Amino acid sequence: MLGPVAAGVLGTLAPAFGYMPALGGDGLTLNAFEMLFDWPGITRASTLSITTGLAATALSLLLVALICAAWSGSRAFRIIERMLSPLLSVPHAAAAFGLAFLIAPSGWIARATSPWLTGWDRPPDLLILQDPYGLSLIAGLVVKEVPFLLLMTLAALSQIRSQQARDTALALGYSPVTAWFKTVFPRVYAQIRLPVFAVLAFSMTVVDVSLILGPTTPTTLSVQILKWMNDPDLSMRFLASAAAVWQLMLVVGALLLWRLVESAVARLGRRWVASGARGGATRVVQTVSIAAAALSASAIVFGIFGLLVWSFAGFWSFPDLLPGVFTFKTWMRHAMNLWPIIIETLLIASVATLVAMLLTLACLEAEERHGIRPGSRALWLLYVPLIVPQIAFLTGLQTLAIFTGIDGNRSAVIAVHIIFVLPYVFLSLADPFRAWDARYGHVARALGAGCDGVLWRVRLPMLLRPILTAAAVGFAVSIGQYLPTLLAGAGRVQTLTTEAVALASGGDRRVISVYALSQTALALLPFAFALFIPAIVWRNRKGLRHA
Amino acid sequence: MPDPGLTLDGVVIQRDGRVLVDISDHVAAGEVLTVMGPSGSGKSTLLSYIIGTLDGGFDAQGRVVLNDTDITDLAPEQRHVGILFQDELLFPHLSVGENLAFGLRASVKGRVARRQQIDTALEDIGLPGFADRDPETLSGGQKARVALMRMLLSGPKALLLDEPFSRLDTERRDQIRALVFDQARAKGLPVLLVTHDHADADAAGGRVHRLG
Repeated sequence: MLGPVAAGVLGTLAPAFGYMPALGGDGLTLNAFEMLFDWPGITRASTLSITTGLAATALSLLLVALICAAWSGSRAFRIIERMLSPLLSVPHAAAAFGLAFLIAPSGWIARATSPWLTGWDRPPDLLILQDPYGLSLIAGLVVKEVPFLLLMTLAALSQIRSQQARDTALALGYSPVTAWFKTVFPRVYAQIRLPVFAVLAFSMTVVDVSLILGPTTPTTLSVQILKWMNDPDLSMRFLASAAAVWQLMLVVGALLLWRLVESAVARLGRRWVASGARGGATRVVQTVSIAAAALSASAIVFGIFGLLVWSFAGFWSFPDLLPGVFTFKTWMRHAMNLWPIIIETLLIASVATLVAMLLTLACLEAEERHGIRPGSRALWLLYVPLIVPQIAFLTGLQTLAIFTGIDGNRSAVIAVHIIFVLPYVFLSLADPFRAWDARYGHVARALGAGCDGVLWRVRLPMLLRPILTAAAVGFAVSIGQYLPTLLAGAGRVQTLTTEAVALASGGDRRVISVYALSQTALALLPFAFALFIPAIVWRNRKGLRHA
Repeated sequence: MPDPGLTLDGVVIQRDGRVLVDISDHVAAGEVLTVMGPSGSGKSTLLSYIIGTLDGGFDAQGRVVLNDTDITDLAPEQRHVGILFQDELLFPHLSVGENLAFGLRASVKGRVARRQQIDTALEDIGLPGFADRDPETLSGGQKARVALMRMLLSGPKALLLDEPFSRLDTERRDQIRALVFDQARAKGLPVLLVTHDHADADAAGGRVHRLG
């Protein structure tokens, strides 16, 4: 995992300092950086990157903590848990489009409140989408990062026996929310620190969501880097590389800042714990957190629903809540173009997921057979591709790929997708794989089965459900990749994601909806398989129903 | 001189420098040796060592000899040592019949012959016609009988029992216990039983080795 990331970062560093022989750069200079800091938008773009990243991460973490503190162990919490996988699998781009169509001046929210509340009889001239402060971008990031962080938190909660700690605190007279924050949160946070870092790095550097929801003049830094990368004037690559290095430095700086705030909060928290204060606005926190969670989830759900309506919409005037006519026209017109792209997307996702799954199973099985206990350092390794900003090492990888001539085809895209799919597949499968009762294996060995026999005849069949779920996660991750597909494919490999995002600037909502919906459907499909295949295959096996 | 039975020759198992198990003994064919000790005393660790699945975190030495063959360095599947745990551990993805087929020696060839042997085995344990059942739908006592038969069908040369009766209710326990010991005696197998229950030791009727 380190290899491609390190190579990519190197491939970014060299041209940033003026070294790129193919383009006549063979000395070490700081020209590119001078150009970068002379660009008038640099301060604004850098600030945007930092503020949107920090705000989206802090809000997501706060919301997740509040939900867990107020609701863990309750019936409402189990409903939230069940909604997680589908929400997680909705690709970022599709969720962003859905949100955009909700909050735009001519979106559903404005339509639902006009004209009786707002008095508008035509879409107001308000800059809600792509606002200069990146607020809609932050909102788009939060609705997608909350499910991810929540899933990571749930996994951490199950490892630390949180219920006992909380019950003990309750018995000592603490209110539930206070009990959770004082006894559970510190340990949970230690476990989810890496995912939080990944969220921060991702939010600071995201490209596709930013193209859809982010500000335009100037854009966030990562979007500007992509523009420079795609500039026909190849010498702009020096500038793009320098900007990518600057972006990487910003991310490192933000991570350090986050660490500092972390320890400050920890110090204050200790004082708060020692103070013995037991009260807590339980009711308020419960209401606020469930309302925020509902808002965040419904932003995705109604967003997707909105895409559905738009894709079938005929003439739709403002402020009507629904189109006057429903038609298949948009779908029919784009079906021909859509098919080859769907096939390409499926092919890339299937191969990337299959390879990632085989590597994951090989790693986990080797761990088992050779008695290796991976430490926390190994975990860092998995998170490297998720924390090092994509824009920082993918630009370098592309530069390397161009001069070795392996860019622009499907295999290059698949190879790059594996870098991002593998960590997710591994993280999803590792816990259930390791939690499998090893005595089944011992019994099978004593009955005369070899190592491979145990793996193929006992372990893998018993783990069918988690394996399919992990594959579905990997599949969804591959479907959602924008920047890796664009850069590794040199713009020549078209997937639903690249096409949907490319349509964003055109603003034809009906076409965008068709592409974004196809993308969502493709990402959701494997989750349906992961649910139904085990249910059918093991329909007469009660012991595996909840495995 | 051939000396059938299970021999533990200077077996010492340590963890972090602390000796958990120290045993030298010979269990003759058809004999039962009971190893007793409180939980955490290393009883199960000894069994892991004998079947060859001991975790790398332990430091073990000593030889395990079965019917004059040193099996200490063999792979678990080549040792022909059967084991029954406290939980039945029937494979949940296989039917009752498939579980037995998993155990049945590969030397029994042919689908019909194998199927016949499994049907006979099910009759022997009082569960005729159970071949297609989901193991999860069986009662505790029924599962225990299937687990025992699955192991016997693999043709073991020795039998290890890891508190296999403690999960059963009193009535079933006597029944299953008698079944296991009768089968072992009939087949002339050396049996090593680990337990913390004196009733098990009394029922086994053999010598008792204490740990911890």
